[in-house]
Amino acid sequence: MNPERGREVRSGSCPMIQIEGVTKRFADAVAIDGVSTRFEGGLTHVLLGSSGSGKSTLLRLILGLVSPDSGSVRVDGLLVEPSSQRTLLGRIGYVVQEGGLFPHLTARRNVTLAAEARRWERERIDARVAELSTLVGFDEAVLALHPDQLSGGQRQRVGLMRALMLDPPLLLLDEPLGSLDPLVRSDLQHQLKEIFTPMAKTVVIVTHDIGEAAFFGHTITLMTKGRIVQQGTFADLSRRPASDFVTAFLNAQKPPPGLRELLS
Amino acid sequence: MTARHAAPLLAVGLAASLHIAGAEEPVVRVGSKAFTESFILGEIVADVIERTGEARVERRFGLGDTGITYRAVAHGDIDLYPEYTGTLSQMILGTPSARSVAELRQELRGAGLTIGNPLGFSNTYALAVRRETSQRLDLRTISDLARHPELEGAFSPGFTDREDGWPGLARHYGLALARLRVMEHALTYEALARGKVDVIDIYSTDGKLGRLDLQILRDDRRFFPDYQAVLLAREDFVRRFPRSWRALERELEGRIDEARMSRLNARADLDGKRLPEVAAEFFGRAPSDGHGGGGLGAEIAGLAAEHLHLVVVSLAVAVLFGVPLGILAARRPRLGQVELMAVGALQTIPSLALLCFMIPFLGIGKLPAFVALAVYALLPIVRNTHSGLVSVDRQLLEIAVVLGLDRRQRLVRIELPLASLHILSGIKTAAVWTAGTATLAAFIGGGGLGALIVRGLALDDVSLILAGAVPAALLALLIHAGFELLDRLLIPAGLRRNFARPT
Repeated sequence: MNPERGREVRSGSCPMIQIEGVTKRFADAVAIDGVSTRFEGGLTHVLLGSSGSGKSTLLRLILGLVSPDSGSVRVDGLLVEPSSQRTLLGRIGYVVQEGGLFPHLTARRNVTLAAEARRWERERIDARVAELSTLVGFDEAVLALHPDQLSGGQRQRVGLMRALMLDPPLLLLDEPLGSLDPLVRSDLQHQLKEIFTPMAKTVVIVTHDIGEAAFFGHTITLMTKGRIVQQGTFADLSRRPASDFVTAFLNAQKPPPGLRELLS
Repeated sequence: MTARHAAPLLAVGLAASLHIAGAEEPVVRVGSKAFTESFILGEIVADVIERTGEARVERRFGLGDTGITYRAVAHGDIDLYPEYTGTLSQMILGTPSARSVAELRQELRGAGLTIGNPLGFSNTYALAVRRETSQRLDLRTISDLARHPELEGAFSPGFTDREDGWPGLARHYGLALARLRVMEHALTYEALARGKVDVIDIYSTDGKLGRLDLQILRDDRRFFPDYQAVLLAREDFVRRFPRSWRALERELEGRIDEARMSRLNARADLDGKRLPEVAAEFFGRAPSDGHGGGGLGAEIAGLAAEHLHLVVVSLAVAVLFGVPLGILAARRPRLGQVELMAVGALQTIPSLALLCFMIPFLGIGKLPAFVALAVYALLPIVRNTHSGLVSVDRQLLEIAVVLGLDRRQRLVRIELPLASLHILSGIKTAAVWTAGTATLAAFIGGGGLGALIVRGLALDDVSLILAGAVPAALLALLIHAGFELLDRLLIPAGLRRNFARPT
């Protein structure tokens, strides 16, 4: 696996993620119901929907944490299946709500775990940690602390550093800012965008927050009941809604500050 | 992490056990059963052998009952112990109907065992009444008793049930009693003396016989088998230590009659004399020059060390097996259910029974004690390892997968540390249990503080029981405290601070 690979800027014609006719059932409930779509490389895509809409399951299908009942998922041209999982996971960074940090490890060990598992040399790990600390604006002393000694925002930044450790071309974020208070959240939103924009990574963010979707997403994919309702830019969704559900969903949340300017 | 820390613990334990097993001077192991008379005879035998200077004597006293002592001598775990002809006959021929000593000796040869000539007394069942009753009703023999069905009896539990006890006796003589109570042997004397009952079963050498005004009813129609005291020894002991065997023959055979044995029992049981003192009195010596010097304090210290050794080794073995079993149970839920049930079932076997089950396979002494105690300690360790692992946050496990950790890395770096609170608390529970259960090891010659308890129970000496029980309890507390300290070393800092301790 080549960590430099993510540096390539991908053209719109080459999909980073390709999903074809995927259905996934859990017990009786259908979580994903015949979904086909693609996410282009180098862009930030938002999966939008209320809880239970299937957006998180879609992320887990991409990660190979669950396998589809029918259909296929390809990442970077590779079919997601048990034999390719380890290779693919080296190319994917994953951030979850509240950071999902291991409480028994220091922030630094949380960050370096993936590199240690791949037997990186000490110097290479140290250099990468220094690089990432600068990127998220951390004093390295913070990294000596355990997760319980960090603030919510700090935990989320550690989670981001961990996801970026191997410099993967694809970054999956599941409600990354969901548990943070509004001020920290807005702060981190801006910081994340500053980080993502120059990196030209493919980013998929799962959220139920329309403001966040509008703020981050080059494309927005609105889901409900395991199906995709509409996919496009935020302007597409608000101006040419595919159904009443789209309009209802967009209007259900009070627009956050800045959204009006964005819409105008 | 747990396994890495357990390994040195085990190594220390094994090294210590080898050290104890490694002494290589000639040793004679003298056994005894767990009642006063057997203890006294064992001490007397040990005294005789020690005075020949032929070997160092190891006292393996208070070994459960005949099932344990006979197997122990047959297996070579002990060299000799005091036994009774009727019991031997029952053991070898399946019937207590007395055979001659010569016949028994012939039978025992096949097992590599032999017996000496009778020591002089016979410890058999008998019936006793108050002298006053005997005179009033003209009761001299058991046959006389058949004429008085209005009398009430109190019998010990064994006597009530055994075919060679009351049921057979009543049939043999055509006896009936107005009322029959079952009570502890020690209490029947009290009941008889206070006139609550009229007839009790006794052993013909009971210490209390000489102190109460009783009439023993003669077994005129010879129902009770002959229980003559003899020394049961391994043939190779007789060969290897001829001077000891000759000294035993010379000093003991035919020298102890019922009255003398009854007096010796009374000295220990009723006057609270310690075994070396009773032995010294028997040999007409001043009582203070006994072996095993240093008194009770030194003995407790030695036994406490032995106790700790029992706990440490068996706990280490339990951890070594229990943690992997717990991991297996967490990995394979269906197998895990079966496994937890099986380990739980082992736990329901009474600990003493479990210790006794080990004897046919492992003999007596330390080894079966280690195994039995380890089996006992298994449940909390397996259960807590399992529950600790299954309670680890699913999302954290997924993240570990996503980060590219393989199965082993996930187990060692993520799952076991996250479960360490549970696992250690299971080990702690097991350790404290084991410290208590280890007192039972003494019943199968495993030593430890239980040796004092067993002796105290047999001699009805509460202070001796406490001398074993209190240090054992203190040791359990100490072990608990030790584990609190270990928690600080083994449980990751990030877990200690903000996670509730599982109970």
